[in-house]
Amino acid sequence: MLEFFLGHYAYWFTIILLALGLYGMLLKKNLVKKIIGLSIFQAGVILFFVSVAMKEGATVPVKAYNLPVSEVSNYMNALPHTLMLTAIVVGVATLGVAFALLINIYNRYGTLNEEELIDKIQ
Amino acid sequence: MIGSEIPALIPVTYILFAILIPVVGLWKRELTWHLSLLGTGIATFLSAWGFWHLIQTGETIRYFFGGWAPPIGIEFVYDGLAAFIVLVINAIAFLVLIHSKEISKVEFPGKKMAYYTVSMLLMLGFNGMVLTGDLFNLYVFLEISSLSSYALIGIGEKRAPYSAFRYLIIGTVGGSLYLLGVGFLYTVTGTLNIIDMHAMLPQVIGHSSVISALILMVVGVGVKAALFPLHGWLPDSYTFASSTSSALIAPIGTKVAAYILLRIVLFLFGVELVDDQLPLTTILGAFAGIGILYGSIMAIAQSELKKMLAYSSVSQIGYIILGISLANPFGFIGAVLHILNHALMKALLFLVSGSMRLKEGHSLITKFDNSYRKKYPWTMAAFTTAAISMVGLPPLAGFFSKWYLALGTIENSSWLLLAVILISSLLNAVYFFRIIEKIYLNNPEAEEAIEDETIQNNEVGFSMMFPMAVMAIGLLLVGIFNVYIVNVIFTMFPAGF
Amino acid sequence: MELTYIPLFAVLVSLAAVPLILLSSKKPNLREFWTILAGVIKFLLVLTLLPSALQGNVIEFELFEIAPNLPLVLKADTFGVFFALIASGLWIFTSFYSIGYMRGHHEKKQTRYFASFAICLSSTIGIAFSGNLLTFIIFYEMLTLATYPLVIHSETKKGIAAGRKYLTYTLTAGLLLIAAAGITYSLTGTLDFQAGGIFEGTELSQTMAVTIFILFLGGVGVKAGIMPLHSWLPSAMAAPTPVSALLHAVAVVKSGVFGVIRVVGFIFGPEVMAEFGLNEILMVLAGITVIVASLLAFAQDNLKRRLAYSTVGHLSYIVLGVALLTETGLIGSIMHISFHATMKITLFFCAGAIMVNLHKKDISELNGIAKVMPWTMAAFTIGSMGLAGIPPVNGFVSKWYLASGALEGGMILPVIILVVSGLLNVGYFFPIIHRAYFRKGGPELEGHTEASPFMVVPLFSTAVLSILFGLNPDLFFNFFDMATSIASSIFNPL
Repeated sequence: MLEFFLGHYAYWFTIILLALGLYGMLLKKNLVKKIIGLSIFQAGVILFFVSVAMKEGATVPVKAYNLPVSEVSNYMNALPHTLMLTAIVVGVATLGVAFALLINIYNRYGTLNEEELIDKIQ
Repeated sequence: MIGSEIPALIPVTYILFAILIPVVGLWKRELTWHLSLLGTGIATFLSAWGFWHLIQTGETIRYFFGGWAPPIGIEFVYDGLAAFIVLVINAIAFLVLIHSKEISKVEFPGKKMAYYTVSMLLMLGFNGMVLTGDLFNLYVFLEISSLSSYALIGIGEKRAPYSAFRYLIIGTVGGSLYLLGVGFLYTVTGTLNIIDMHAMLPQVIGHSSVISALILMVVGVGVKAALFPLHGWLPDSYTFASSTSSALIAPIGTKVAAYILLRIVLFLFGVELVDDQLPLTTILGAFAGIGILYGSIMAIAQSELKKMLAYSSVSQIGYIILGISLANPFGFIGAVLHILNHALMKALLFLVSGSMRLKEGHSLITKFDNSYRKKYPWTMAAFTTAAISMVGLPPLAGFFSKWYLALGTIENSSWLLLAVILISSLLNAVYFFRIIEKIYLNNPEAEEAIEDETIQNNEVGFSMMFPMAVMAIGLLLVGIFNVYIVNVIFTMFPAGF
Repeated sequence: MELTYIPLFAVLVSLAAVPLILLSSKKPNLREFWTILAGVIKFLLVLTLLPSALQGNVIEFELFEIAPNLPLVLKADTFGVFFALIASGLWIFTSFYSIGYMRGHHEKKQTRYFASFAICLSSTIGIAFSGNLLTFIIFYEMLTLATYPLVIHSETKKGIAAGRKYLTYTLTAGLLLIAAAGITYSLTGTLDFQAGGIFEGTELSQTMAVTIFILFLGGVGVKAGIMPLHSWLPSAMAAPTPVSALLHAVAVVKSGVFGVIRVVGFIFGPEVMAEFGLNEILMVLAGITVIVASLLAFAQDNLKRRLAYSTVGHLSYIVLGVALLTETGLIGSIMHISFHATMKITLFFCAGAIMVNLHKKDISELNGIAKVMPWTMAAFTIGSMGLAGIPPVNGFVSKWYLASGALEGGMILPVIILVVSGLLNVGYFFPIIHRAYFRKGGPELEGHTEASPFMVVPLFSTAVLSILFGLNPDLFFNFFDMATSIASSIFNPL
């Protein structure tokens, strides 16, 4: 049983991050905290991908001066890393748009608390 | 010659104009609208050319970016279905942007440059989603289009940024779930290329991670497609956004997401595999059916036109997903045809609501009265055309997609779904004829009779009338000549049909 | 010109008139001229098809494919020409009558009225000439849409409510028809109308057959006024009388029974009907409708509503005759389509004339009007006699064949129903005639004379036609010959 948890600790970690992110998005009232939850959620997905790239005994997919590239077992799978670079950029862009929206909301309603916001809208 | 470059040229056009518009806009604000028209116009022209070229030669174009061959490189796959969808979305965008000229003066004055730039990015995202042959590339374009749509929805009336924010949260979760699904698939197959993965999936289908991946991807894309019960972001977003945004995102956005669903279910996994481990098509069909009824019932309850149209969209997407879930030829034809039909109908309806907001200052159904008949005869005629098509009366286009979907359900003996299609047509009639009654007939309970002589014709200008007229006539033509379109759709069938 | 194009032109001629009507809205005489012109041309076109129809030739014109392997096809077979003749011929009468009525009543929105009428007639001829179910459905729905503006014409609360009810019933019917057509298509691979049925060689289970039949019945039965789907018809009396006359006595409702006969004779066929007992379902429904409608007619004081229930009853005469599954019965049914049309339209014309001339709608107000409107009441009497089945009016002929058809099939009950209903007909028409002729009219009748000739001439002409057809059913148009050949083609397919 313990092996099941320990052997798959990366996946459990991902699940915890996703759960934390969802918790933040659903249950927190402050809009900024929702965005943080979103960030955590995305981080969970990103870390999952990176964890998949892992190989035993391998190093990061940056060329080391003494390790030939032709020996692929020396390096972790580079593809997920590169994909996740893109995903991180997407995440940052999302944050940018989200904050722009928040600024707008704040300017119009004067609050970033969801409950107050709903009251003001009605 | 240039034909083989078209898959790349279309997104490139949008990138070009996305850069051009801010540059020119800083110098001359007025030209931004013209540039956006030029951009979508060129894209439409390229799509039409490419589509025609494809019909003539029948060869799918696989464009390898940078010359790198898949499965390592990223490719765009331009087959019949992709060409068709690309043509539809670009043409609709072109017409909607023509209409936006007057709207922009009222609904987002002073933000035209930003608006049109983001529209270009939006179309870039959508076209990329349709054309790409790589699952991760799809995610990137998905996010590009999503971010653009959050921004476009945020530009609107007072409540808009909040609805956009909620959409952002839900939408990004959806995108991330899709990404997670792609990650699962990558872990098992080692590839991200759709065609490649399709070849590999039969060998790994038993893996639990593949099934999880399928579910994750379907849910993720389903959020974007507003599949019940993942549709919660849609009503508020469409209602408070500016009319042009709604007209851009409603007919195009959810359709592209539905198209992606179609690709995943019928092309990537394929008809035999998708039901292998869990009854996905049944579940999809069930949710689609519930969504159809739910959307129609909620639409009846609305007193504001845009919100009614938003719920109606939830219902109509249900039809398309119903068609996908049937996984048989008629269902496929019905779904693809309905993508075209609904794009036309919904765009037209949102344009009409935009025109109404411009002229009357509101789009509250309860305040519609029969002076509209005299004031806006052609706009109301266009509305009636769209309404009749939505209800599904021949010979307009809406009838035929419902006919094919009905035949599809009969072929599968899915009597419940057949009943859903028929009942929802009736429900559609309720909420549309209610409006038609209001605009054409004297309200016998009105306190004052409307004096006929004082009402002048106040019809909208050419820039608004032209796209609406084109779409209305299009509905008639697509209906009458749907056989030609269907014959082309026959060539788009996935393997196994 | 080539005969094959005539069905298409017959359908299109009134559609072509629509823009002309809309454009001449400021000049009523010109506008009415277009209507009459279109009607006359349409009738003449249909007439040219008569010789070939009598020989049993079918003129087919395929327009284009509207769905893969499903073309939009116009087929002028004998039955189609038969129905088209009645509809287009009576439209001419109605158009003249409309002029008198609309102007006498100072009705608003006359342009919308005449334009919608033109589209309705186009759809009706389209229904008559439909060669397959899909074409039929398309024109059927067009008819629904085109009649809506006519039903809500007055735009009063009652009218709008009637319109809503009408749409609900007819749109639902359309959907059921689509479902039925879809299932039929997937079972047989075709939707063509073929005398004798298209189910030959298809595997049909009892439940499947009954289900498809019920769906079809729901589809065409609404317009055919089969109970319990009939209740839109009395409500639709809120429409102006010419609408009630032509559409709800001739075009719409006869499209319904036309559809019933197409379904029974040309989709299912007598053998399949008998095999699964489908005709029994039909007979029960029709029989009940005949009796209940006739009884309900008694309870109505409003003249038009009484006529509406009478129509419901008589429509089910036709359906009953179909359900008998005998050749003679079918002949009676088909003839009743045209004969009931001429009689009922007469009665409705009279009701409208009374309303415009004397502003009376209820039977209790009709004392002594025969003195003031002798021609109208004479026509009314003739029509009523025919509906009750009294010779020499044509109603007697069709009833005779219906009864013979029942006896031929060895069934007594339908005969009893026909006889009882005949008595009931007398029962609800006679009091009206009695009041008009033998009761003293009130003082409000002073100074009134007969209604405008625009109204009286048509109504008297249709009454005279009814007598002429009664004396010689083959007069002018060979209705009897056509009915015989249609029935024979269904029961003895090639």
